[in-house]
Amino acid sequence: MPEDITLSVFRGDKGGGDEVEYKVPMQTGMVVLDALHFIQAHDAPDLAVRWNCKAAHCGSCSAEINGSLKLLCKTRVDDYVGEVIHVRPMHTFPVIKDLVTDVSWNYDMLRQVPAFQPAIKAPFTLQQRDVDRIQEFRNCIECFLCQNVCHVLRDHSAQDRYWGPRLMIRFAELEMHPLDTGDRMELLKGAAGIGMCNITKCCTVVCPQGINITDNGIIPLKERVADVYWDPLGGLVRKMHK
Amino acid sequence: MAQTAESLQPAKRKSHSLPYWVEPTFTVLALGLFGLYTLWLVFFQSSGQFHNYLSPFFSPTESWGIKVLPAIWVLWSPLLFRATCYYYRKEIYRGFLHDPMSCAVPEKRKHYFGETRFPFSWTNLHRWFWYVAVIVLVFLWIDAVQAFIFNGHFGVGLGSLIMLANVILLSAYTFSCHAFRHLIGGGSQKFTCADGRPTTRYKLWNRISAWNENHGTYAWISMFFVWFTDVYIRLLMHGVIHDVRFF
Repeated sequence: MPEDITLSVFRGDKGGGDEVEYKVPMQTGMVVLDALHFIQAHDAPDLAVRWNCKAAHCGSCSAEINGSLKLLCKTRVDDYVGEVIHVRPMHTFPVIKDLVTDVSWNYDMLRQVPAFQPAIKAPFTLQQRDVDRIQEFRNCIECFLCQNVCHVLRDHSAQDRYWGPRLMIRFAELEMHPLDTGDRMELLKGAAGIGMCNITKCCTVVCPQGINITDNGIIPLKERVADVYWDPLGGLVRKMHK
Repeated sequence: MAQTAESLQPAKRKSHSLPYWVEPTFTVLALGLFGLYTLWLVFFQSSGQFHNYLSPFFSPTESWGIKVLPAIWVLWSPLLFRATCYYYRKEIYRGFLHDPMSCAVPEKRKHYFGETRFPFSWTNLHRWFWYVAVIVLVFLWIDAVQAFIFNGHFGVGLGSLIMLANVILLSAYTFSCHAFRHLIGGGSQKFTCADGRPTTRYKLWNRISAWNENHGTYAWISMFFVWFTDVYIRLLMHGVIHDVRFF
């Protein structure tokens, strides 16, 4: 007989809700998403959970499991033997139903970042070492766990003053591209609000793709902002160098 | 798209990790005690020299006619360098300001402006404090060399080795800095010469990036070692212990 595990899953919508307990027989290699599928199949066919690839590639199944921010498809239930597994939707975004949240704000902000402005027309050849840096950022699967954990968005609801780590990575990807000619510094310092980030690194901690968001993305961007706004001497040297 | 090695591992069991308040508590205790010790040096100690050993808190001794307490003359730049350091900022925001105390731990403070307003906006001046910290580091290297010269002859004492280790650790901390990583090459968009070879800036940036991964470790170890070096020299000054001379 397989051992039963207990999941306490948030059921509700934007009007509110509460956790409901379900018993699920544990299988070898089972992840939390499997357990939720079992619940859908046997106990609650109306349980809403967003998922797609079940391979940590699509970034759809972000949730909060026992207070930790994770992908449902990457979290094994045998990590919680003897415990109740509490599954809740992402705190930062409005709940649509059960574990499904409305993350459209992220896409709205992404559309506001000025696109790639190449110095020459495609097709072009790039050296691998020139794009290694930005390829790390392109590993992003847009699970928005970094946006969810960012305390500026999560605790202070400052979406009007800071666009969050995912957007900073988008800025970094463009700003560090060897052929990009765009200048996004004013936007980055102004509406995108990079100054709101106090580099406490939670975004890096939760990233399921292992992207070093803070050290390789946000801090280099802060330094680029400092180049323009806090270092007149450096600016003069760069102008003379050009 | 390549999968990261981390994501191929089974999820780590979080309940085995330390409680979330341990790291911020350690930060408050360590930085708080270091701060109190520094204040004691500034206001109650006028010297840190024992023969050819000079405490890092009192180097350089030359003040070029500027009238100020000896320790203040030296300490303002390394302290500001550390206070604006990206690593220490994380620790300070988590430990002292609870902004946040740990990931996904709710914050009590309602008003938050990040680093957009004074005094935190001045953390953008980090590179300027780095420049000054490098000057201080030059003096500390001179002191470390002098720690091997006893009455005009080369020698090695335990204090010489401590001072050498101290300046090596401080150099590791200073040159693994995020601002330096940016200045040395991170600000460039291209890392390849016209002939396809890597630029010098790329090579330097690559090296500093590797050091930068351990910046936090260097930050703590170098801070504790500065402290230890001063305590060692102070104990020698007061005759509590005697220096071990190897030759």
